[in-house]
Amino acid sequence: MSHPAPEELSEAARTALAEILGRSEPLTPKDRLKIPAQQMPAQPPGERRHNMDEVALGYTAEQARIEALRCLQCKRQPCVEGCPVRIDIPAFVKAVGDGDFDQAVAIVKRNSLLPAICGRVCPQEVQCQQNCTVGRSLKDVGKAVSIGRLERFVADREREAGEIDTPPVKAETGKRVAVVGSGPASLVVAADLRRKGHAVTIFEAFHKPGGVMLYGIPEFRLPKRIVQTEIDTLLAMGVEIRTNFVIGRTRKLHDLIEKDGYDAIFVGTGAGLPKFMHIEGENLVGVFSANEFLTRVNLMRAYDRDRADTPVFDMRKVAVLGGGNVAMDCSRCALRLGAEEVHLVYRRTEKEMPARAEEVAHAKEEGVNFHILQNAIRMLGDAQGCVRAMECLRYELGEPDGSGRRRPVPIEGSELVMELDTVIVAIGNESNPLIKQTTPDLETNKWGNITVDENGATSIPGVFAGGDIVSGAATVILAMGQGRIAAEAMHEFIVGKSTRRKRR
Amino acid sequence: MYKIRSKRYLSNDVVRLTVEAPLIAEERRPGQFIILQAREDFGERIPLTIADADPAQGTITLIFQVVGKTTHLLADLEEGEAIINLVGPLGKPTHIEKFGTVVGVGGGIGVAPLHPIAKAMKEAGNRVVLILGARTRDLLILEEQMRAIADETIVCTDDGSYGRKALVTEPLKELCERVPPPDLVLAIGPPVMMKFCSATTLPYAIRTVVSLNTIMVDGTGMCGGCRVTVGEETKFVCVDGPEFDGHQVDWPNMMNRLRAYKPQEDAARAAYREAADGRRREDR
Repeated sequence: MSHPAPEELSEAARTALAEILGRSEPLTPKDRLKIPAQQMPAQPPGERRHNMDEVALGYTAEQARIEALRCLQCKRQPCVEGCPVRIDIPAFVKAVGDGDFDQAVAIVKRNSLLPAICGRVCPQEVQCQQNCTVGRSLKDVGKAVSIGRLERFVADREREAGEIDTPPVKAETGKRVAVVGSGPASLVVAADLRRKGHAVTIFEAFHKPGGVMLYGIPEFRLPKRIVQTEIDTLLAMGVEIRTNFVIGRTRKLHDLIEKDGYDAIFVGTGAGLPKFMHIEGENLVGVFSANEFLTRVNLMRAYDRDRADTPVFDMRKVAVLGGGNVAMDCSRCALRLGAEEVHLVYRRTEKEMPARAEEVAHAKEEGVNFHILQNAIRMLGDAQGCVRAMECLRYELGEPDGSGRRRPVPIEGSELVMELDTVIVAIGNESNPLIKQTTPDLETNKWGNITVDENGATSIPGVFAGGDIVSGAATVILAMGQGRIAAEAMHEFIVGKSTRRKRR
Repeated sequence: MYKIRSKRYLSNDVVRLTVEAPLIAEERRPGQFIILQAREDFGERIPLTIADADPAQGTITLIFQVVGKTTHLLADLEEGEAIINLVGPLGKPTHIEKFGTVVGVGGGIGVAPLHPIAKAMKEAGNRVVLILGARTRDLLILEEQMRAIADETIVCTDDGSYGRKALVTEPLKELCERVPPPDLVLAIGPPVMMKFCSATTLPYAIRTVVSLNTIMVDGTGMCGGCRVTVGEETKFVCVDGPEFDGHQVDWPNMMNRLRAYKPQEDAARAAYREAADGRRREDR
């Protein structure tokens, strides 16, 4: 991919927009399909791999308008269909095209509470943009209207202008809601229920709220000030946040209802238990879970070596195991922390990687070496108990498995050894057992995920759940969607209409 | 904010803080720990065992040795000042029941977490024998409080400056040879001490519980930084522990993992001490 300077992109957009606005005839669909898709201005790879600043710089106003003018306003609206929270995408995109950015952000916010975040981290290419008529007409999903970038643009513009309104809160109902965890699902529940006039308290185990958006997703993909803005809005609405509070330990779940008098509880504690490979040598010094590595770097700010007290391992040759967004984040953080070589090891091919295409491309541009159809079988240590090498096997793809992806099959006798000093295991998360262990009557499935009905209600009346603790490791937007549904059901529960489960 | 009610030096570099934390004081059980951050934003999170708690006063007691930058920062806080972040109680509580004779071995700073466990074991009807060890007399803490609990107390120092001149494993071996032998041994102290206590009791097949204090970040099972190999399995000290069967712990691995950040820790401590010396010079 070529990397035109942001000024270049901006200049081209200005000229193009002036030309379009100067036309006497309205744009035909054919004209719209000819408008060039706007490239996202970005920091050049050679530069950004040495800093933690955001990689994608965001559209200029002119770029946003041109990109929006590519939308055909088609009747089918496949974009809305693909959006987990059903944003009225054609309407907001039209407003952007008209240059009415205030209207655009207002439309987005009717359905999405966290547009600056979703515009950055949603996998749009498999959601709203996947079946975009423009992309289909041009036979390239990469040429769909960049809905996510437009969402980001309008949200950023509003925030940077200091124009964020605190959503109105209805008269106090006197009812109290406890929200456990402060990731995306929880923030949506807190906002929705506070708007209805209920008193909301968020309980967060860490010393700062934000969940995975804070400890997991790196600064260069989601600047922490953006998450903080969303938290500040909640605080301005009157939501109480209690950090350093572990439900299951500081207080049991049942105590929140029985001792503390909460009327309903939402559990959004995330998929916080790292998966390991369970192979020899995995506990050697220098082998980390992605969670540990990312938490040190992001939440504890270990990237700021001169100021942070939390150390990060001294690494030169790093292997990252996995093919998801988290594996890309780990690889790219390792580069930024000064690793000389970063090797991503994945047992299938790039096609099967769960990571977003954009993240894969960014990682490659920055110099991450990809080793596909390969997997670790054991880690080898030195006399000090530190990892010094990793033995791998080569794989080939066989028949499709339960996930619909072709199953990787090891090739006999293909053992190879990679010399390295650090391994980061980024093969996913299981659900954190803390609440389950301390709340025996809370039903979970065989993976430890909390069992809920279609409204997010759990086996305990008044207790609801959503996000990764229910669905396993998924995305920010899916968590938000579940939060919204649960919030609605919780409101119904609180005001006296019982939940379906309770009627049974 | 967690206000410091009182602060006292128990020895040259061992500090006892009584801190306001009403919910933790109410919920905590012997064997559990907290994680704290001594300064905002760039401070690190470290685990410390809860030495005692007073639910009526809403306070917990922390006893720690000043070894790294964060414990230096913590020791610099005065009465009336506050610890910025503190979370707990974390970890599984000690399994308390009437076993018969329980031997508690506390080494150095490990005497502090042993104190509430010994108390609970005594209250559960056990005969409690305590071995308290320290490098030298000045480093021996809580002797009086421990003697008040125990049916029998053996004190030893490495240099013989007080009590028996012996390592704790010596009296432990003697106790194992008594008839009847102890029903349970609880060893809390430096890893090397816990390792050798476990090795001492192994031939006698006496169940030996150790309390591990590994490197942690979140303390809720999220990061796995604290993981240890116990038997054939990987366990997380923060949620599966902190207490484990000492005969099953892979000690070399555990001790190597504790040293993972040693160069960075040494540099941070040196930089902090240098800066503190600088401040003192300016004060003069």
